[in-house]
Amino acid sequence: MLIRRPSDIPSSEITPESQYVNRRAFLGTAGALALAGLAAPSALSAAVGLSQDDKVTPEEDATSYNNFYEFGLGKDDPKRNAGSLVTSPWTVNVDGLVKAPKRWDLNALLAGLAVEDRVYRHRCVEAWSMVIPWRGVRLRDVIARLEPTAGAKYVEFTTLLDPRQMPGQRSNSLDWPYKEGLRMDEAMHPLTLLATGMYGKTLPNQNGAPVRLVVPWKYGFKGIKSIVSIKFSATQPSTSWSDANRSEYGFFANVNPTVDHPRWTQAKERRIGEFLRRNTLLFNGYQNEVASLYAGMDLRKFY
Amino acid sequence: MTASRSTPTGRRIVRGLVWLAVLSPVPWLVWLFVSGGLGANPIESLQHRTGHYAIRLLAASLAITPLRTLTGWGWLVVSRRTLGLAAFGWAIVHLCVYVGLDLFFDFELFLEDVVKRRYITIGMLAIALLAPLAVTSTKGWVKRLGGARWNKLHRLVYVAMLAAITHYLWAVKLDITLPIVYFIAVGLLLGFRLFMYRRRRVEKAVKDRGTIAAS
Repeated sequence: MLIRRPSDIPSSEITPESQYVNRRAFLGTAGALALAGLAAPSALSAAVGLSQDDKVTPEEDATSYNNFYEFGLGKDDPKRNAGSLVTSPWTVNVDGLVKAPKRWDLNALLAGLAVEDRVYRHRCVEAWSMVIPWRGVRLRDVIARLEPTAGAKYVEFTTLLDPRQMPGQRSNSLDWPYKEGLRMDEAMHPLTLLATGMYGKTLPNQNGAPVRLVVPWKYGFKGIKSIVSIKFSATQPSTSWSDANRSEYGFFANVNPTVDHPRWTQAKERRIGEFLRRNTLLFNGYQNEVASLYAGMDLRKFY
Repeated sequence: MTASRSTPTGRRIVRGLVWLAVLSPVPWLVWLFVSGGLGANPIESLQHRTGHYAIRLLAASLAITPLRTLTGWGWLVVSRRTLGLAAFGWAIVHLCVYVGLDLFFDFELFLEDVVKRRYITIGMLAIALLAPLAVTSTKGWVKRLGGARWNKLHRLVYVAMLAAITHYLWAVKLDITLPIVYFIAVGLLLGFRLFMYRRRRVEKAVKDRGTIAAS
């Protein structure tokens, strides 16, 4: 028996860039209603590119089924072990090709920036997915505040290294600390968030408190958690999963149903809470927004 | 079971207890499934749990003979077939969860997996090797094949075991500790069997030479 799902989200249901850039002009909930362009100046919510069958994942699932190896390798380990993480006070060291390298207090780093609620699809490289309401600031706003120099082509992020607070770092499962990076145009993209909350609350420790990256068109491992360092560089930084297994995890890690993980298909995914697998969408369904970033690039080679 | 008439009560109790033990995860899994205890991704959880049961039970079945040799507890042997059959049973459940729940009978995807994903290929090999062993596990088949041929056939269990652990090793994303532990355990069991085999050959050779010298 072959059971097939509709192959794709119709492009008509994806919020055009012109509208989500002006997202404060409309109240975005989900689907077509959001596209009506209702004026709601106080609303900061935007369900960018969500389709009508994208239901928000239960908060309990999103906060109990996590990959955060700093707190253990099992999916339920982070929730159990992340209580030891002290998230306040928190500093973020900014250096590299930037006007003024400085150790920032997190509150000062984000002070005054527009806080937004965004509901994004979240696709793990392990072929499961969720829909998560994030709260955070646009990374581009933070970068604007930091004033990188013209030579800065990449942004490199680092997670806290402290085996006392992060018991998973006592074993060498990955080469700690966790590192991730983005090309500058990816980092400046309006979809890219530095999240400090989810489900309308402060980010739980197991989800990367106090501040994490959210890049909805990339596999979840790009979304580095508990960030303590932002560095601007001229060359592509090394990243943890790519270092651990270069043939399986690339720097770009864009969600792509046609480029399989060497050991499993990426054509489909299990949405947490659903029984049947659904088809995975190119760039996780954000192709209208981000495909132009990769124009002319061989996505098989730069996976 | 016709054989049970000739089986002493003690052995029947042992066998019953072993059956109870190997089937005990069934109500447990049903309870977890119903109560939501399998977490956010219950299908994945079922896959992992049933796979672990199969591998551990198969390893346990391999441990019986060495254990019997070391302890002299002959009654242990009654549990060997039960453990082996249970391992095969859990492997089949594992396969059914994958095909029926995970892929929801998408046989096209299943075939693609079997051909393209080496960990699936070798996992299928493990099950394919276990199937004839399960079929020929009865006393009737031991008689039909003859002890020596039956023994030879059932040495395949080591190949199946190694295939199963390799399947696990290749499926793991990062942490290969447990597969390595399984490999070491099975390596020790296999090493013990080879050691005993060699010793028996040497003893037999010595005895044969003794017979020749005496004649």
